[in-house]
Amino acid sequence: MKIILNNKEEILAAEQLTVNELLKVKKFTFKMLVIKVNGKLIKKSEYDTALVHEGDDVMVLHLISGG
Amino acid sequence: MTFEQIKQILKTKTVGIAGCGGLGSNCAVALARVGVGRLILADFDLVQEGNLNRQFYFYDQIGMLKVAALKQNLFRINPDVRVNTFDIRLCQSDIIEIYSKCDVIVEAFDKPEMKYLILDAVHNYMPDKYLVMGVGMAGWGDNNLIRTRQSDRLIICGDEINAIAAECPPLAPRVGVVANMQANAVLEILLGVNEKQIHSEN
Repeated sequence: MKIILNNKEEILAAEQLTVNELLKVKKFTFKMLVIKVNGKLIKKSEYDTALVHEGDDVMVLHLISGG
Repeated sequence: MTFEQIKQILKTKTVGIAGCGGLGSNCAVALARVGVGRLILADFDLVQEGNLNRQFYFYDQIGMLKVAALKQNLFRINPDVRVNTFDIRLCQSDIIEIYSKCDVIVEAFDKPEMKYLILDAVHNYMPDKYLVMGVGMAGWGDNNLIRTRQSDRLIICGDEINAIAAECPPLAPRVGVVANMQANAVLEILLGVNEKQIHSEN
């Protein structure tokens, strides 16, 4: 499938992935992550169930210290 | 728009600033200078000597509440700005209560847990509001890593890479760049540019 990940086109072998699978495939290992799929905020408890499909716009934001 | 026209629009606007450290104090100063009508400030901390390498406070303000010291500094720049201050450690219900009447909210916390708290609160309880976050500004150099990206009404300013560490402290230049990028994003929203972009994309 083809998705938009952090504003860039990504081609992935799988036809669909859970959010957790996508994080593993793309090697996002940070603790404080914010995930939005098509503008919708995905709760941590939904990472194993929320699905990413062809054409989805996914934002992965790593919240880091500093302010 | 002329500056007079800009001021006419901005004086009717309210901006919430959550946290008055390096991002919040410098962002508030920029917004007060251009004439935003009301600023709502929240922070529980006191000014310390170690803050002066990046935060908009003065040596003789050490020991003062940050919100009180910042209010003083904002009035010295622009006596017409109205400032509401909250000397509290914000929780979710505070965020909703204090910032629900703002036109835009600026996230200026240092801890990632607090950044998540406000993002979650705005998303779930105030989804119509713009939230301008600062993520990644520690260290020095790498001007061109610092950028802005947007997802609906969430705007993120910073490099999204450089967290604070012993060998990577937050310093005035990069913190000031991100704080002023946040203020610039706020103006874009308040002066209608952002709204136009969103409509044209639809």
